[in-house]
Amino acid sequence: MYDVIIVGSGAGGGMATKVLADAGLKVAVVEAGPHFDPADPKQRTQLKWPYESPRRGASNRRPFGDFDSAYGGWEIEGEPYTQKDGTQFDWFRSRMLGGRTNHWGRISLRFGERDFKHKSYDGHGDDWPISYEDVKPYYDKVDKLIGVFGTKENIENEPDGFFLPPPKPRLHELFYIKGARKSNIPVIPSRMSMLTKKLNDDRGICFYCGQCSRACAVYADFSAGTCLIFPAQKSGGQVDLFVNAMVREVTTNDEGKATGVSYISKDDRKEYKLKGRIVVLAASACSSARILLNSKSEQHPNGLGNSSDMVGRYLHDSTGASRSAFIPDLMNRDTYNEDGVGGMHVYTPWWGDNKKLNFPRGYHIEVWGGLGMPSYGFGFNPNDLNRFFNQKVGGYGNSLRSDIKKYYGSTIGMAGRGESIAMKGNYCEIDPTTVDEFGIPVLRFNYKWSEYEVNQAKHMNDTFEEIVHNMGGTMLQDAPSKESNYGLENPGRIIHEVGTTRMGSDPKTSVVNEFQQLHDVDNVFIVDAGPFVSQADKNPTWTILALSWRASDYIIEQLKQQNI
Amino acid sequence: MDRRDSLKSMFLGSLGTGLLLTGCDPNLGEKEVEIAKAAEDYFGRTPEELELIEKLQSEQFFREHEMDTLNVLCALILPANEEYGSATDAGVPDFLEFIVKDMPYLQTPIRGGLMWLDHTSNLEYNTEFKSASEENQKAILDTIAFPDPEKPSWEQPVQVQFFSLMRNLTMTGYYTSEMGIKDLDYKGNQPNIWDGVPEEVLQKHGVSYDPEWIAKCVDQSQRGVTAEWDDDGNLIT
Repeated sequence: MYDVIIVGSGAGGGMATKVLADAGLKVAVVEAGPHFDPADPKQRTQLKWPYESPRRGASNRRPFGDFDSAYGGWEIEGEPYTQKDGTQFDWFRSRMLGGRTNHWGRISLRFGERDFKHKSYDGHGDDWPISYEDVKPYYDKVDKLIGVFGTKENIENEPDGFFLPPPKPRLHELFYIKGARKSNIPVIPSRMSMLTKKLNDDRGICFYCGQCSRACAVYADFSAGTCLIFPAQKSGGQVDLFVNAMVREVTTNDEGKATGVSYISKDDRKEYKLKGRIVVLAASACSSARILLNSKSEQHPNGLGNSSDMVGRYLHDSTGASRSAFIPDLMNRDTYNEDGVGGMHVYTPWWGDNKKLNFPRGYHIEVWGGLGMPSYGFGFNPNDLNRFFNQKVGGYGNSLRSDIKKYYGSTIGMAGRGESIAMKGNYCEIDPTTVDEFGIPVLRFNYKWSEYEVNQAKHMNDTFEEIVHNMGGTMLQDAPSKESNYGLENPGRIIHEVGTTRMGSDPKTSVVNEFQQLHDVDNVFIVDAGPFVSQADKNPTWTILALSWRASDYIIEQLKQQNI
Repeated sequence: MDRRDSLKSMFLGSLGTGLLLTGCDPNLGEKEVEIAKAAEDYFGRTPEELELIEKLQSEQFFREHEMDTLNVLCALILPANEEYGSATDAGVPDFLEFIVKDMPYLQTPIRGGLMWLDHTSNLEYNTEFKSASEENQKAILDTIAFPDPEKPSWEQPVQVQFFSLMRNLTMTGYYTSEMGIKDLDYKGNQPNIWDGVPEEVLQKHGVSYDPEWIAKCVDQSQRGVTAEWDDDGNLIT
């Protein structure tokens, strides 16, 4: 009998594990994938060379390339999902200890005051039942526990934190700063969770290989296994890890209270049960919704916690559109090691006034470029850029060598990541006609972007073009058309899906209360991004962590008071 | 040894690496340097992924004649120069053998393209492509190596598309090889301390660091000092 069973070991589950185990509770962590430790030589991909992979790092097997640490992807053999009415929702799952935190971009942004109360500001969506002030103490604690670099900028709706110092910009980033500022678009140092300075004795310090997506063997970047679950074990916590364990449902008793979970072991394909006083779901917004919907009983005929019929609804992902450009001033570069941290050293937070625009919510801009390590695809169309100089494209022979060197590091890319409006009509539900290889009914997605998101994508493209023009560069692709939604990615593609078990004070219109406890069942909590009322123009991870900590503190308090 | 122990030994077992540290940034810790040399034969594959690779490697797609032709073709696309070998010397044909099994949609375009080369060479020079003189081989390539810039790639004649594909795969195979990475002079993928763009590079490209920005950036001589903040979030160490 466990005090707490935690389903999922990503950001939300990892944080709950750390906080609850540190409080002395007996915890079971149930993870659908294998154990993963980036320091394990057998699992490590960091500092490998492209030629160590026979496919040279190509992305035909792992969707972000052979060296990316995510085990899984948008398609997983034996684990299908379906779509309704022409929906194209792409669902990324990472089956491994630490989940998607092993490969994510480490962009660690706090939601701001307005992000929690956006309906009051613009009338769209709903306000959260909590405000920035409720979460701020937890953001502060997350900053200090995990570490995030950045700078105090005092920008409206972009709260500062307890920052480590950021790395200096790279060359193409200096060009980006110049280009953006010419149009009064702000650029500030990135805010990302890599340790540019010592934080504690358990973690290494960043050595600038630029490979955070491969997960760090010295634990200098944040992932839930290395920074939360391992430390919880190390400090003597009672943590039992159940890996390769695919949770089917939350089990309940005659009173309708949760008694534990049932899972299928991937090792022997048999079904097992775990008993616990409290169940914490942290399987990801869509997976937790699926588990609830599949947990049907006499007491919960519509699925667990679903008396409101809200489970699965308000599903929303960040918007995304991206372009790349050629910057002639970045040609003929001297080479030096500019790997830096994984990802960008600078970024643009949202700067616009939506009241003057034809879309209600903002976006931030991420930027890439530089003298990166070659991987499959490097050298394709080696002299395509010759067309900008009226020189011949194509050919063969040693001239290709000089073409490669001439253009190496002269292209940059920009990606907008924006906020969409959460809508009741966008949802995932159980598809009664399809099961996965474990016999568990799968999710079916229903999702349409609205005109707001499409207009926002157009604004992203216009902005990219303006900045590139200011940099003296040329876009590498034509502007995407209205018919292609201005390059707006399919929902799910940005992997920020949230909202399926949203929080609220009214049990009729929400699934959990402000402490992420099911309205219907007081011993079940959800600590992934399902409870998000709205996904801001920020990345969700830092907020998942802060809210999971807050919910975990509440669990400890409620247990002390014997309320659960 | 379980994972936690192996981790510990990896971090602590670096006492004998003093020599390795020579020439490295003194602000880099030993464990950061140590992980660089821990690369083994595997590259972080799951058992299922490893099985797939082994299966693909046990199969042979290209016939001997096709491999011979690829050896010739890759070296024509990227020949040796004074410093570096050709794409064939860098092992590109072996990479091609693997990649067409891993990406089966490449098989027919490449196999068919190689047949086109032989057919054309037989027609023009009465011998297979691989046995034609270099001059004649190049004469054939000259007819397919320059796509019409006014047309999208998928509207180019099939033999032009074939050559573009071969050029792409040859170039990517070369620049992802050990030789190609040296040739490119890529200097990363190793523990180091990033402290900004070299001054001469900034000058060459006509940009400079904003002193106000740089003042907020990491002081690398203090990276090993544990971070502490005041109550307002100002870093004080």
